Amino acid sequence: MEECEAHRRAHRWKAGTRCTASAVLALGMLLLGGAPTPLHAQSTQQPATDAKTIGILLVHEKVDRPPPLSLLDIPPSDDGVAGAKQAIADNNNTGRFLGQDFRLDMIESAKPDELVAEAVKQVAAGQHFLVLMVQPQTVLALADALKDKEALLLNAGVPDENLREEDCRANVFHTSPSRAMLADALAQYLVWKQWRRWFLIAGQQPEDIAFAEALKRAAKRFGARIVEERTFIVESGSRRADGGHEQVQQQIPLFTQNAAAHDVVVVADESEQFGEYLPFRTWEPRPVAGTQGLVATSWHPALEQWGGTQFQNRFRRSANRTMRPLDYDVWLAVRAIGEAATRRRSTAFAEISAHLRSAEFEVAGFKGQRLTFRDWNGQLRQPLLIATPKLPVSVSPQPGFLHQFSVLDTLGIDRPETKCKM
Amino acid sequence: MRLKYPLLTGALLLLPVPVEANTVFVSNEKDNTVSVIDSNTLQVTKTIKVGQRPRGITLARNGEWLLICASDDNTVQVFDAKTLEFIKNLPSGPDPELFVLHPTGNPLYIANEDDNIVTVVDIEKGTVLTEIPVGVEPEGMGVSPDGKILVNTSETTNMAHFIDTESNKSIDHVLVDARPRYAEFTPDGSQVWVSSEIGGTVSVIDVKTRKPVGKVSFQINGVNADAIQPVGVRITRDGKKAFVALGPANRVAVIDVATLKVERYLLVGQRVWQLAFTPDEKQLFTTNGTSNDVSIIDVEKLRVTKSVKVGRYPWGVVVAPF
Repeated sequence: MEECEAHRRAHRWKAGTRCTASAVLALGMLLLGGAPTPLHAQSTQQPATDAKTIGILLVHEKVDRPPPLSLLDIPPSDDGVAGAKQAIADNNNTGRFLGQDFRLDMIESAKPDELVAEAVKQVAAGQHFLVLMVQPQTVLALADALKDKEALLLNAGVPDENLREEDCRANVFHTSPSRAMLADALAQYLVWKQWRRWFLIAGQQPEDIAFAEALKRAAKRFGARIVEERTFIVESGSRRADGGHEQVQQQIPLFTQNAAAHDVVVVADESEQFGEYLPFRTWEPRPVAGTQGLVATSWHPALEQWGGTQFQNRFRRSANRTMRPLDYDVWLAVRAIGEAATRRRSTAFAEISAHLRSAEFEVAGFKGQRLTFRDWNGQLRQPLLIATPKLPVSVSPQPGFLHQFSVLDTLGIDRPETKCKM
Repeated sequence: MRLKYPLLTGALLLLPVPVEANTVFVSNEKDNTVSVIDSNTLQVTKTIKVGQRPRGITLARNGEWLLICASDDNTVQVFDAKTLEFIKNLPSGPDPELFVLHPTGNPLYIANEDDNIVTVVDIEKGTVLTEIPVGVEPEGMGVSPDGKILVNTSETTNMAHFIDTESNKSIDHVLVDARPRYAEFTPDGSQVWVSSEIGGTVSVIDVKTRKPVGKVSFQINGVNADAIQPVGVRITRDGKKAFVALGPANRVAVIDVATLKVERYLLVGQRVWQLAFTPDEKQLFTTNGTSNDVSIIDVEKLRVTKSVKVGRYPWGVVVAPF
């Protein structure tokens, strides 16, 4: 059950547009750190004398989303935050041998303006590294407000392409995969399976349309074809109504009837309003992939390869639940800062920032190979998992998709195509 | 003796078999078994059932005992290496992955991958002597030939932790490339070689100064750099040649220890991780995780002579002198 719950796409910080904003939460300042902190519980020995502290500020925009279709998919309240805590513990475990101490601080609000104002204040007070779990427009607002300041921002959670492309910012890195990366990873697997004829079903939300576009681009790149395309209109109303399955069982076959011959149904429903209704209910017996069914994701709670077992166990022990993609994306962001501090043996902003931007930077992320940043737009290169709710199925890039520089650059927008000018 | 049986000795020399037969033990991580191979016939003679997720494997009491890290059972199992009968469980701390025996035969130093500690165990009494805190996901374990220094590598902290075996306290921490997995001392004890799986390198650290003095990188035509992931390291007794298992590059690198130059890449099975010599160092056995076999390397000719099918996900390997 946990597995299913944790099996969600990488796009989690999206407002449901149909959802009325509820009581706006006042700015919550949660100080999770302050040396020494409970997060150090795992360090058992040798606290380095006069350890130097590196603060990491987690910026969390609270967003109201419509509830997902399945009770299993309701996100835990510490989604992402638990990943940050794990990474701080991991950083400190190394830091104690080097006299470095990492502290997690957090600001939370539903109001972007308040978040920006508070972030600016905190940077003025000495914070340099901000890990963002915010809406796309807030990423840009923060990046612009902190331009020319001693601050680096790491976006963990927003998959929007424009943040890496035409709206890219020199002070922003991205640890979460972009939509194009996710779509390319999935497309490579479907093409490897020879499922080349796609029946695309997209929702009407802007993010659904964006993912559908990424899928179309991926199809073209890797030799698949969209043979039929339909828009699923979600009737607004109560998610819960007595009656449950009866109407869905009738509606989905009708909706998918008379489509051109296809190998697979590809769905774009990031806000999780109808995609889960598709598997086992389509008119033709076809597998479902995309945002539901078989998905591409940065993390899966059942991944055991490459030392993943120990990582999952460690997380489960401290967070009391399985690790979700957002936890992983945030973990990677905090670990990237820790790794740079370790390699430069320095707590200075200039050193850490220079290392993150250098060709020497690499971080291990339980993916079986080193992870690096693309120097043209700050996006982290990483293998992506192709998975069903219970198990990883494969890892993309798939064999045979070649690249002159790094096969990981077969996922997403490559250097020659980028619109980013930093 | 020499005078009494000259004819018999002569007859034995006529037999077409190599000089000595050894027993090779391979832990199969996914099958919960150990495959037993005769090094002469290269046949699996027996498969024994062991604890869950067997990984690290070694011999103790001069080959009398076979020790196995049963990672998911949180114990080290002791088997009679000849009769293959179960003797006892040793306390190991949680999730034992790899271990090394002190040159005197006791104690045993165990890396607890899930718990950031090295557990020190008296194998005779079956008691835990102490626990030594190290970095995140400890794995590689090496002990100096004089038994004074223990080196543990931590996979997520990316360090080689130097531990004084007398006080059981760490004395230094040397940063290496990403995901260090194995530590091997040179026979003279002057250097320790640490493989970095994700970094794709082997760091050579001077034991006295505890400073890196060299680094081996690998380059194989037609193999993506990301697939070159060094794990197991073995150095010949004469200190001249090092063998490094390169994981999904499916090759074992042969390195000249003096110059740190890679001399040859030997193609073996898939995802090669651990290595073990026969006592005469004529053969080297490799565990190939995803092809479920071990490859046998002729050390003199530097040629892969055969592969032998074992269980699923072979992990560790050790060779007994009988």
